[in-house]
Amino acid sequence: MPLFARLYNFAHWLAQDRIAAEDLVQETYMKALRGFSSFRQGTNFRAWMYRILRNTFLTSQTGLKTSASVSLDSDEGQTAEPAVAENPETVLLARVERETIQNALEELPVRFREIILLCDLEEMSYQEIGETLGIPMGTVMSRLSRARKSMRELLAARSQGAAR
Amino acid sequence: MTCDLWRSKLDAYVDSVCSAEDLANLEAHFRTCASCAAEALAGLRIKRMTQNAAARYSPSREFRLRIEESIQAKRKPGWTFAWRPAWLPGMGMAAAALAVGIVLIVVALTLGIQHTERGHALAELVDLHVATLASANPVDVISTDRHTVKPWFQGKLPFTFNLPELQNSSFKLLGGKVTYFEHSPGAQLLFQIRNHQLSVFIFQNRQETIPLSTGIATARELAFNVEAWSEGGLRYVVIGDASPADVHELGELMRSAK
Repeated sequence: MPLFARLYNFAHWLAQDRIAAEDLVQETYMKALRGFSSFRQGTNFRAWMYRILRNTFLTSQTGLKTSASVSLDSDEGQTAEPAVAENPETVLLARVERETIQNALEELPVRFREIILLCDLEEMSYQEIGETLGIPMGTVMSRLSRARKSMRELLAARSQGAAR
Repeated sequence: MTCDLWRSKLDAYVDSVCSAEDLANLEAHFRTCASCAAEALAGLRIKRMTQNAAARYSPSREFRLRIEESIQAKRKPGWTFAWRPAWLPGMGMAAAALAVGIVLIVVALTLGIQHTERGHALAELVDLHVATLASANPVDVISTDRHTVKPWFQGKLPFTFNLPELQNSSFKLLGGKVTYFEHSPGAQLLFQIRNHQLSVFIFQNRQETIPLSTGIATARELAFNVEAWSEGGLRYVVIGDASPADVHELGELMRSAK
């Protein structure tokens, strides 16, 4: 089964629950099988599968609950503020542990979490991410920048807390 | 150009999608601006740590089988299995023969399931190997020195292992990283021989894990050569597109590691 383990990992991160992740993956494969005729040869199969999974998540109960608590502000026209140039932050970030990263990822809003996972874990290109999330390239870049900024703030806060 | 403008390009730098011109300019800027260089370094580090930390969840064997079954069912609509042994009563010898037959079928099915599970396990490890080779950052500890690579795993894995001395061999150690297989963490070590890269996976031998092999077993999975064995409570799997002899040689080196 193509992408099975990776789709499951992504689903678990989105749903943050094993049973919900299994349901998501199962539904994704069923929808993919049913709708395979709608897949256009020559387009990106991976992006297509992730898009099905993500759309399934967004319309699931867990997804609806999560997205209800997420800001609906548009990414358009919002330029990311440059990250602060303080060296203490980079010093703190250097101490970050694996578990701290996982906790920070869990804390991020879904739309930030998913874009970081698609970019950093799945190593998708900006164009693939755009296809998966159904957003233009410019929005991919600005959302990614904001997601990383939030991630760094969470990590710095956690590292600072641990250092005290 | 001010630092703010450079920083707007840091994400593209971290994701290796900068144009050649931007890349050259950024790297020249880093040489004169410690603050931007520190930002870029932090960004790269978080990206690599995220890549490592986010590979956290793996599907259970039962779930994989369940999905495969439902896909099979979907592919063969109308296919049903019905067994009506109406002729069974009063069939003395035939019934005994049937009972033996059923036992044989059950044994064959069990062996078949174990074989399929082993195949899935190997296929998953091959996936991990291929994903590693395709990654821009294949390993988290980059070193050819076993005395650097082995200690890097301390505190990251619930076990330890030995790495061989490669000075007189054709193999070169490239590095390693923590990976996940069947819900447990393990080590993935990357070696090179000529133009081939091979992975050595090391996991704990737990009761519930799929037996990959008894003794030293070789296999071909998706045209990759695989050698697997268990030793000292650990399971080892060597995977690569090099020849079976090379895969075996690396296995021998790993087994001789002290």
